[in-house]
Amino acid sequence: MKILCTVKRVTDPEVKLKIGADQKSIATDNLKYVLNPFDEIAVEEAIRLRDKHQGEVIVVSVGPSDVSTQLRTALAMGADRAIQIVHAGELDSDGVARLLQKVYEQEKPDVVLMGKLSVDNDSWQAGPLLAEYLGLPQATYASKNDSLESDNEKNKVPGITIEGTTATVVREADGGIETLKVQLPAVITTDLRLNIPRYPSLPNIMKAKKKEIKEHTPQSLGVDVTPKVRVLKFELPPARKAGVKVADSAELLAKLRSEAKVIS
Amino acid sequence: MTLSEEQTLLVKSVRDFCEKKVKPFARQWDKEQRFPKDVVRELGHLGVLGIVVPEALGGSGLGYVEYALVCEEVARYDGSLALTVASHNGLGSGHLGTFGTDAQKKKFMPMLARGEILGAWGLTEPGSGSDSAGMKTTAVKQGSKWILNGTKMFITQGTVAGCYVVLAVTNKEQRHRGITAFMLEPGMKGFTTRPIHDKLGMRSSDTAELIFENVELTDEHVVGEVGSGFIDTMKILDRGRISIAALGVGIIRGALEESLRYSKDRQAFGKPISDFQAIQWKLAAMATDYEAARLLTLRAAALADAKQPFSKEASMAKLFASEAAMRAATEAVQIHGGYGYTQEFPVERYLRDAKLLEIGEGTSEVQRMVIARHLLA
Repeated sequence: MKILCTVKRVTDPEVKLKIGADQKSIATDNLKYVLNPFDEIAVEEAIRLRDKHQGEVIVVSVGPSDVSTQLRTALAMGADRAIQIVHAGELDSDGVARLLQKVYEQEKPDVVLMGKLSVDNDSWQAGPLLAEYLGLPQATYASKNDSLESDNEKNKVPGITIEGTTATVVREADGGIETLKVQLPAVITTDLRLNIPRYPSLPNIMKAKKKEIKEHTPQSLGVDVTPKVRVLKFELPPARKAGVKVADSAELLAKLRSEAKVIS
Repeated sequence: MTLSEEQTLLVKSVRDFCEKKVKPFARQWDKEQRFPKDVVRELGHLGVLGIVVPEALGGSGLGYVEYALVCEEVARYDGSLALTVASHNGLGSGHLGTFGTDAQKKKFMPMLARGEILGAWGLTEPGSGSDSAGMKTTAVKQGSKWILNGTKMFITQGTVAGCYVVLAVTNKEQRHRGITAFMLEPGMKGFTTRPIHDKLGMRSSDTAELIFENVELTDEHVVGEVGSGFIDTMKILDRGRISIAALGVGIIRGALEESLRYSKDRQAFGKPISDFQAIQWKLAAMATDYEAARLLTLRAAALADAKQPFSKEASMAKLFASEAAMRAATEAVQIHGGYGYTQEFPVERYLRDAKLLEIGEGTSEVQRMVIARHLLA
């Protein structure tokens, strides 16, 4: 089984962001980057599926030359090889999906695994767009009907079940749990409760050094990535006001009734 | 000192692990004097218990620079756990991995490197510490057997180890040329351990007394040459000092990071206490100590990796980093004021843990002696 798994570099959620002087970008000085947590879950799932069904995990990323660090992290977790599409300029979800379409056509994987969103731009679009451009079935927000404390999780059993050319995906819907079957090849995006990603072990970090990272560019793939979405302005959310302390539950109820008007 | 991409990833992996699995629990382990077996096992999966062991023997195949980086990272969160990592890697498995026979290595190193068993090392005795050649434990040859008698004191991993390397006098007249290392396993007839509780710090690391009463050993249990135990021990201690220095570096960083956080938050006279020069000077001194201790440590480690002499440098790193850790932890408690004196903040634990670094694997006095001996040689 060949699994293509996308990884994106995102700004470290622990670092406080500053808006750039042009108001349309994030100031990049002193910024730290990490692997998008949702993609980390996708990589973990890909590795578990590969370990169960044999085959290989290929990780792919789009970004400036130093996203090799995030690819190297995925390789250290256990992915087999990597593809890096070097692009330093602006990029929207549509551009990413069109680049991934080309990679898909070259690699012809059985499954594409992607984080359901990236924690920086929060667009949730690249996965569904890719499925649409490829004309493939998709299953978004893959989760599992099992606790993250379970023995299955400890034994690194994949949450996505694959039998023959069918994948069974449990997804979290608003009202509860939904179970889908999709025909492979398919695009599957991963949610938070699918698994707990592993920490790369020291020997695997050293082994990752020797694994291949193949480079492409949008030009070499023949894709025009001029953004279709234009950013007009970034603004920080308004500072939170201090809360109110109440003496007892009676006062709380009174305030909820008369001031917040959330109960009657 | 810039780290390579792999070293950066390795540090991040250990840090992420500790943030999640160590930081939230270290206080409780300390309070209950509980050795965190499960977390130690997970550190084994991470490759942290066989850092310098070759890959062919199940280890991570890394060098002493990586060893120091890992020890610093763990010590940032928990001194006790870092002491476990350091003593297991450096002393117990270090001695067997360096001087053991092929058969001993083949049998034990993969298990040690993966953390399936832990290593312990018995040098210190109730009556001999710095003067380690003055040990009283004896191994007497009787036919094809060695009969071991004596007591070892303050042995890290004493009750939880699966493999012990113990030093004993095999020829009293030859003094330090008459000492031999032996390998023991738990459960051997005549070999018992007694846990040591109520330590000032490093309370969740396992410490014990080892007691040998006519323990029967054979030549297969001899580690290295008969009579070379003391000379081998000095080499093990040189490397061990790099890891103790790295523990100091980690504790300084912990003290600094906690102090930065607290001093920006805590208000006095209408402003954060970090606005006061008295606090700023403390922070500046701690940060400078951190960098200096780290550079000394990584330099000693880099020399060891390059197979150059590093005994003096390791002693300097250990001496400076352990004393700087005491200074940093003391100042961190001071910055935290009354809160710093309670277990509500981790800095009092850093202070208690740091004190061990001035004592274990050669006291500060012994380090000065070693350094001076190099200078005057």
